[in-house]
Amino acid sequence: MGSYLSVNDADRKVMLERLGVSSVMDLYRDVPQDLILDKPLGLPEGKAEMQVGRVMKELAGENRVYGTVFRGAGAYRHYIPAIVDQVAAKETFLTAYTPYQAEISQGVLQSIFEYQTMICELTGMEVSNASVYDGATAAAEAAAMCRDRKKKTVIVSETVNPEVLAVMKTYSWASDNEIVTVPAKDGVTDMDKLLSAAGADTAAVYVQSPNYYGCIEDLEAAAKIAHDAGAKLIAGVQPIAQAILKTPYECGADIAVGEGQPLGLPLSYGGPYLGFMACTKEMMRKLPGRIVGKTADEKGNAAYVLTLQAREQHIRREKASSNICSNEALCALRAAVYMAAMGREGIWEAARQCVSKAHYLQGKLAEAGFERKYSGEFFHEFVTSCPYDTNEVMKVLSDNDILGGLVLDGGEILWCATEMNTKEEIDRMVSLLKEVF
Amino acid sequence: MKLIFEKSRPGTGNQYIPACDTAVYELDASFLREQEAALPEISENDLSRHYSELERRAYGVNNGFYPLGSCTMKYNPKINEAAAALEGFADIHPLQPEDTVRGCRKVLELTEKYLCEITGMDAMTLAPAAGAHGEFTGMMLIRKYHEMRGDSKRNKVIVPDSSHGTNPATGTMNGMQVVSIPSTEDGYVDLEKLREAVNDETAGLMLTNPNTLGLFDKNICEITKIVHEAGGLCYYDGANMNPIMGIVRPGDMGFDCIHLNLHKTFSTPHGGGGPGAGAVGCKEFLAGYLPYDNEITENSCGKVRSFHGSFLVIVKALAYILSLGKEGIPESASMAVLNANYFKALLSEKYTMANEGFCMHEFVMTLEKEQKEYGFSALDIAKGLLDNGIHPPTMYFPLIVHEALMAEPTETESRQTLEEAARIFLDVYDEAMRDPQSMQQKPEKTVVGRPDEVLAARKPVLRWQEEEAEDEV
Repeated sequence: MGSYLSVNDADRKVMLERLGVSSVMDLYRDVPQDLILDKPLGLPEGKAEMQVGRVMKELAGENRVYGTVFRGAGAYRHYIPAIVDQVAAKETFLTAYTPYQAEISQGVLQSIFEYQTMICELTGMEVSNASVYDGATAAAEAAAMCRDRKKKTVIVSETVNPEVLAVMKTYSWASDNEIVTVPAKDGVTDMDKLLSAAGADTAAVYVQSPNYYGCIEDLEAAAKIAHDAGAKLIAGVQPIAQAILKTPYECGADIAVGEGQPLGLPLSYGGPYLGFMACTKEMMRKLPGRIVGKTADEKGNAAYVLTLQAREQHIRREKASSNICSNEALCALRAAVYMAAMGREGIWEAARQCVSKAHYLQGKLAEAGFERKYSGEFFHEFVTSCPYDTNEVMKVLSDNDILGGLVLDGGEILWCATEMNTKEEIDRMVSLLKEVF
Repeated sequence: MKLIFEKSRPGTGNQYIPACDTAVYELDASFLREQEAALPEISENDLSRHYSELERRAYGVNNGFYPLGSCTMKYNPKINEAAAALEGFADIHPLQPEDTVRGCRKVLELTEKYLCEITGMDAMTLAPAAGAHGEFTGMMLIRKYHEMRGDSKRNKVIVPDSSHGTNPATGTMNGMQVVSIPSTEDGYVDLEKLREAVNDETAGLMLTNPNTLGLFDKNICEITKIVHEAGGLCYYDGANMNPIMGIVRPGDMGFDCIHLNLHKTFSTPHGGGGPGAGAVGCKEFLAGYLPYDNEITENSCGKVRSFHGSFLVIVKALAYILSLGKEGIPESASMAVLNANYFKALLSEKYTMANEGFCMHEFVMTLEKEQKEYGFSALDIAKGLLDNGIHPPTMYFPLIVHEALMAEPTETESRQTLEEAARIFLDVYDEAMRDPQSMQQKPEKTVVGRPDEVLAARKPVLRWQEEEAEDEV
């Protein structure tokens, strides 16, 4: 049995004697005795580390790791520099708690301050928090930031990731607020419909760009519609794309949110991921979660602290803007190391390769009869028709160690390419499709 | 120490990805940002040293004693990390076909099953990303339950004044009105006040047990009975589950749903603030309202997070449960209680305890008298501990105890560590009694002194900017 206790029988005896009891169960005096379990839990017996390692390896072995991946839809495979894993495994970063005691937590606090700066740089926004759970909860929290007694409705474009929409709906239902969706037109938000949906009760408009179908949205138009209605624009963005695309700030967004997983986090069957949130200075005091600020100690040394805590649940209790306490600090650290390692040029290059390879893939697929469905410009994802049975197509690809694009409800396929996909892989897949079908 | 941006020098970064092997596609300029993001450019050696330096300026469980109350800072086993790093978990896309993720599904199913057994619940979701997220999810089940019965009047949630701040904040996120009830003088739920508070508007009660004073509420069954008889449901905040796992089960105490903090009780690391994972369990009659995973289910309260939760955190928790097994889990729980009581006994020599008698996993000291009579505070003691290489207890919580210090040693500390730490606690106390004034200068041995928090909040500097660096030059 694995045991991580540090007390042996002799110690235990000394400790019990000091407390004047004969058994540790004597310490459970307040527990109604009829509630105490009279038989062991229905769990397996404890295992030695070697056995645990084997069981976990067997479980992992029952999953299929694909050599080639053309699937994104909210989770993206990018190259992760080796140093990212090394830094994130440093024991102190791994085992520290939230940096409440600033004097011995300057390392964690500074790393968050640096992360906040990098997120501001990518999004162009003025203020970032220290992270929330994932991109979907970031969008839901952003919606809550915009609402007040009079403005309770948030308009969401149907082109956003369906996982994000689902989570926004849940949060909205729980707090007695409204989500209204506007449909897509040719793979992007129908701006005419958005215009007619926006009104006096609109708190915010949420648009994602590049959207779920990969298309780049006209965020500036969305911002104008939102602002004309007295509402805020929440932009959902992709962090790698942000290295080259116009920033949400340039487009007039009030809040930028997104899934930070592409910044050095493995796919991990969906988590833990990283929700990033950044906003204008004007909205700073509504931003949920931890925020690190720079200040000084008595001697004037630069010092970092958790700040603006008057927003948070441990101070404001039922009046807090959110109940969030734990965040995704270690994932934010990974993202910061990733951004610093790749650097200004590296991320720019990764983004450009995403665009180039996705466009190459799209051209090749069109040659094989997979026609692109929408006409607007895209970043690294796009939707095609499927001239053959989608199950058959996916099976053929899977048999050849390729995870194909995601089959959408209408039978179309959502493809993705990143810097990880080589020209050879793309050519091989497309010739396979041509050969088989 | 310098920020990474101040170490940036153009042209020094490593190359991580090869040149593009397809034709380069240029997006139209109208899509592009005007200025590149000012991310650092730094050699890998300098980057590595930067984070090593940051690590030296931080403090983790690996560095020393960390008795931060309510946070369960137990040792984080290494096999858990090794398991989560396996390619067969880390490199799996969340939207892979079901027949290619059988191992992941088994991890989720086994963990759900084991946690149901440990809590005495019938169903479990692993979707929530943290404890507070679990509270949000659990209270949604209660909301949904009343809604499905057409009982729309029930929008009040009862929360004891000793609770974590997340409880009342969760009530608000669920559109409920929060009714705070006072605790008795010795820290338990005041049954009379509870009886007065419940009525036909009561949605439910949120209760942390053992509570934030480290006490197991001996009236626990009476409490759930009072709430149930008024038509409300009972939510168990399992943040303090560590001392009772394998000993008693919330499901047997009459609770209808519960959240667990896998990053506290089930040994997954806190990571400087996260990621955590917050499993939510419930009784059968609420199971249909749990969040859905892949397929929408008819009465589900919805999705609370994308995909399948904090999967790799769940992998670590499963490895821990497998290691301890049915004998190890209660043994760890009771050791947490023994360590807390032993530590409490050692500190009682000088420190005043908020409650006499035995505690569960944690206990609360009060420096109220010292603050009034001698002029040193709980904060001063905490800062004095920093100079001695100990992470202080949680300060000023729970709110019902003045000048509180809340200590939770956990089961993974040795008797020797507790005795050594107690000696330091007592020395710091003596020092404060001798020279209360000097305590305000503490800590003196850390890389910075007490930061000016008022300045930080009044003039927020929340990111690095180039101008500022120039000013400093």
